[in-house]
Amino acid sequence: MTLLAASEHFAGSPHWTWYILFYFFLAGLAGGAYFLATLLRYWGTPGDEPVARLGFYVPFPATIIGLLLLTLDLKQPLRFWHMLFNTTPDQFGLNFNSRTPMSVGVWALLVASIFSFVVFVDTLVRDGRIRNRPARRLAALLDGTVGLVWNVIGTILYLFIAGYTGVLIAVSNQPIWSDSWALGGLFLASGLAGSAALLLVLSHYRPGAEFSRGVLERSEHIFTALELLLVVVVVVTLIDDGAVDDAFGFPWILLWLVALVGMLPGLRGLAGDRVRVTRRGAVAAVERAPAWVVAPSLVLVGVLALRAAVIFSAQ
Amino acid sequence: MAEAKLKIDPGKSYGFFTDTSVCIGCKACEVACKEWNQLPSKPEGFLGDSLDNTGTLDGQTWRHVKFIDNVPDETLGVGDGKAFLLMSDVCKHCQHASCMDVCPTGAIVRTEFDTVFIQSSVCNGCRNCIAACPYDVIDIDPDKDVARKCTLCYDRLQGGMEPACAKACPTDSIQFGPLDELHRRADERLATLHSQGIKEANLYGRDDKVYGGLNAFFLLMDKPEAYKLPNAKNAVLPQRNNLGGYVGVLGTAVLGLLGAVIALRNRGVRPEPPEEPTVEERP
Repeated sequence: MTLLAASEHFAGSPHWTWYILFYFFLAGLAGGAYFLATLLRYWGTPGDEPVARLGFYVPFPATIIGLLLLTLDLKQPLRFWHMLFNTTPDQFGLNFNSRTPMSVGVWALLVASIFSFVVFVDTLVRDGRIRNRPARRLAALLDGTVGLVWNVIGTILYLFIAGYTGVLIAVSNQPIWSDSWALGGLFLASGLAGSAALLLVLSHYRPGAEFSRGVLERSEHIFTALELLLVVVVVVTLIDDGAVDDAFGFPWILLWLVALVGMLPGLRGLAGDRVRVTRRGAVAAVERAPAWVVAPSLVLVGVLALRAAVIFSAQ
Repeated sequence: MAEAKLKIDPGKSYGFFTDTSVCIGCKACEVACKEWNQLPSKPEGFLGDSLDNTGTLDGQTWRHVKFIDNVPDETLGVGDGKAFLLMSDVCKHCQHASCMDVCPTGAIVRTEFDTVFIQSSVCNGCRNCIAACPYDVIDIDPDKDVARKCTLCYDRLQGGMEPACAKACPTDSIQFGPLDELHRRADERLATLHSQGIKEANLYGRDDKVYGGLNAFFLLMDKPEAYKLPNAKNAVLPQRNNLGGYVGVLGTAVLGLLGAVIALRNRGVRPEPPEEPTVEERP
């Protein structure tokens, strides 16, 4: 399948495995959840607020767990802070290296965790789960324009976090990873689809959240189509560099198949959305009997498998 | 090179010129490196891979003699030095070092001798440098849990001594010195080989076509690919994917936003008020 001469990479494996896999997974879900929650709160209807709150609950714990996984993956976990502060003698100061997404990502994670923590507390207050004065003051601050600005910035940060993970591995000399510039976009698209699926599952545990399921399902379908498009782009870039055989050889093809199966609910939904014309001439989708756990769960497994296929096949 | 004549000055560029045409595969360099740097040997074993007994460079093997078997099944003539390639491999101390580019902690620095050095006390073992190094040089030292590689005997240089491997090399395949002096010697050696009809001899990393030039450069007896070295076309820096990667994320975010807006405008399975009957339904 090689169209051009294969790129020759002789880099060794960094042995980024399970911790990194699940961190990438959580980063995608956190990014997508923050994005959807912001859209539903500020550009949806009042009926979307229950799902918006569900969405705002996701990023903070996902970020904390993700940071924990990243730290555990280090060979010297107690030196995690060396990412932030340079400890080289005579060069003490903040550490920031714009040439590596790892450094950019660490700072993004740090700042984003503040945003997600605030909206997490805000959502707890809105739900009446905490009532102390500092928390209520914080929540009051997020009413109106300040909240809008806060969440738009938070959304941008979290979209970056969902996508930079793909850029991080592309900025290397590893075969497969460095052969495609589209991995960041792919991870973002798959994170968006996965977060819509996650919120669909969670919506069954929150009264009033059923109102937004249509939006979530439709979003998941569209995001899955975007994900498939990016898979195609990745494949094309890998063909260009002669890395397709490595990426899709056995046993990785099995993971890709699982990822593809995870896209089927979304693609089927996109192809099979039944629409009807209302008396007033509006087009609306017809609700089908929802396989409410199976389909979103398949999507989530697919999101995980996609990342596993990319991460493991290169190493 | 006689040590007494060697004057090592901070601020000047130093490196290795490894002439593979005179390497005899004795592995004295490997032993000297391990001895001086107190690196443990791997558990005894038989790789079954020619005369190689370390296999690769790693966190505890900073010199590795490659044995590359190019011997044809039927002997047609003399090997001319390329039927069985030997090469004492080491960190290249690149001028444009991929490892330095991606190190998020600032652990990888350029020394006053223009060499690339990993500060063990700063490294946190993220392994980004391992994914970036195009020569598979860096690895985690399992005893210290940090990334390690050849230091070009930084401590010896500070003490005015040449690196242990160069000192131990019995054929002067590994030569240490100021970079300009090494370049001169390499050019002379290449001219000699070419004049003897060995046209395939070539210098790798002598000029700036590969990572801006290598402080540890080589005289090779075959194409770089034969030694698992990226040629000039493939010697690329990891940061080449930064712009494309981020633009890809941005483009996807915009498309995702558009998709979400479409989903919000056409709300799909939103519960409809029961009083509004369906007038038409189609798949």
